[in-house]
Amino acid sequence: MSEIKKTDILIVGGGAAGLSAAAEAASYGAKITVLESDLHLGGQLVKQTHKFFGSKDEHAGTRGYKIADIILKEIEDNKENVEVHTNTAAVGFYKNDGIVTAMSGEESYFKLQPKKILMATGAQERIIPFPNNDLPGVYGAGAVQTLMNVYGVVPGKKVLMVGAGNIGLIVSYQLMQAGVEIAAVLEALPKIGGYWVHAAKIRRLGVPILLRHTIKAALGKDVVEGAVIQELNDKFQLIGEPKKIDCDVICLAVGLTPTNEMLWQAGCEMKFVSQLCGHVPVRDAKLRTSHPDFWVAGDAAGIEEASAAMIEGRIAGLAMSEALGLKIQQENYGIYQERLDSLRRGEAGEKIRCGLGMAQITDWGNK
Amino acid sequence: MKNEKLYNSGVLTELCKGAVLPPKELWENKKGGLVIIECPQRIPCNPCHTSCPTGAVVEFKDINDQPEIDYEKCTGCGMCVAKCPGLACFVIDLTFSEDKALLKLPYELTPMPEKKDKVWCLNRVGEVVTEGTVENITEPFKDSTKVLHVSIDKSFVDQVRSVRVVK
Ligand SMILES: Cc1cc2nc3c(=O)[nH]c(=O)nc-3n(C[C@H](O)[C@H](O)[C@H](O)COP(=O)(O)OP(=O)(O)OC[C@H]3O[C@@H](n4cnc5c(N)ncnc54)[C@H](O)[C@@H]3O)c2cc1C
Ligand code: SF4
Ligand code: SF4
Repeated sequence: MSEIKKTDILIVGGGAAGLSAAAEAASYGAKITVLESDLHLGGQLVKQTHKFFGSKDEHAGTRGYKIADIILKEIEDNKENVEVHTNTAAVGFYKNDGIVTAMSGEESYFKLQPKKILMATGAQERIIPFPNNDLPGVYGAGAVQTLMNVYGVVPGKKVLMVGAGNIGLIVSYQLMQAGVEIAAVLEALPKIGGYWVHAAKIRRLGVPILLRHTIKAALGKDVVEGAVIQELNDKFQLIGEPKKIDCDVICLAVGLTPTNEMLWQAGCEMKFVSQLCGHVPVRDAKLRTSHPDFWVAGDAAGIEEASAAMIEGRIAGLAMSEALGLKIQQENYGIYQERLDSLRRGEAGEKIRCGLGMAQITDWGNK
Repeated sequence: MKNEKLYNSGVLTELCKGAVLPPKELWENKKGGLVIIECPQRIPCNPCHTSCPTGAVVEFKDINDQPEIDYEKCTGCGMCVAKCPGLACFVIDLTFSEDKALLKLPYELTPMPEKKDKVWCLNRVGEVVTEGTVENITEPFKDSTKVLHVSIDKSFVDQVRSVRVVK
């Protein structure tokens, strides 16, 4: 625990945002340390076997796990500048001396003293309360994806999916690809939350998407043997008769919330913004938080998408390099910002634009 | 609106643009067929355009635009069918035979059919509406999205959007 590791830039989280930031900053010669709590890099990307949306610049039409490989290859070009620690989590930040504590494996700790820190820690899954939600067979969507796409194991035979956002819809399709039946997809709102095309894909395979429906309880003694569902009215009150659904897995895909505890510890100004799905740091357009040495990018800054996370990572990588006094490609700011703006211009981007209106400031002045 | 709920759950209804089939005069005798894209929502996505070798999916002014088709340029090659992450592109060739059309659709499930296999043809809510025959299977990008060429009775071309392989 004695030695303190020095580094120019510490990147916490090796997902889409963190890796893109590392690639950008390493190209300007910054010395970078990446901490990733998982056993391998890539974050959410490596779990995604489907083809991504977005623009060609962000590798749309390519499967998620392959996108991670493309960014890793880019980092490879400047590998002398990048040190990666997997199976290592950043666990604390001490405001007084600017030192970050990292935990490698289960019990080995070390300290780092970075000049700049990027929080690219992604998101956590939400859960919803209902009787028996602790029965084996009730999973979060992320766990189901890890089981299937990383370990090649299917969670059961017949799944009730709760939530028709992009994650619920995509994971349903991936389950069907693995030969698992989807009993139904429930959605409390009067409209699917995810992209319409993802819903159409499973609808034409015969999966019912029940709008204005919720789960009331899981059934079963030792494991899930079914579920009780019920319709909701427009005030989200239960109406009609409860119905029984036959299933052996209940998969919850009811949303994500940003992971960014360390930013609280650093005293960054935080704000609850419902459109960004939780508490997020107030930041400027270059993604600097109210703390002059802390940046944020990707889902940790607000739940959005991998394409946006990758561009945000680039912008943060650029800005941290600039703040270190390195010679950067100034015109990249404009290029990246334009790509980000164009992704957010549509119907689906409205929520993000609205959320950013609350979380983003123009300038920190000389704070 | 009577079909709003259905549309909101991911089923194409007459409510929106996208359900349109190509103009009959261009379509009827077009060897190779023409593309049909069912993508009615503004989302930040454009691989249908970037994968199209002929410019038949018109360049997007804004990445959120809905795809627009220049039927004159479409050769029915099916590149977009294989590339679209929403599995929203299809090609229908009406010149296959007197009474049969050839439908080119994306397929990423198991089991994989073989040429000449019979498959169940499903409509937009997964109901079996007719039987079809697999005439060919291609994989344009070698990325495991297959394009199945399935012959079906012409009267079902506006309904069939998926198949179920029975093995
Ligand atoms: C089912 C599903 C489908 C999706 N489909 C698409 C799509 O088609 N197109 C698209 O653009 N986006 C899609 N997304 C969204 C996309 O995956 C995410 O928006 C994107 O991965 C966010 O990147 P990130 O780097 O911010 O976070 P993540 O990829 O989550 O990476 C964060 C990383 O930080 C690590 N970490 C967290 N805390 C710590 C810590 N304290 N110390 C060290 N490491 C830590 C985590 O282990 C993780 O690896 C999908 C997401 C899901 C779940
Ligand atoms: S079928 Fe071929 S030519 Fe026609 S739109 Fe698709 S990619 Fe373009
Ligand atoms: S690639 Fe597919 S989902 Fe994306 S815009 Fe084109 S048709 Fe729609």
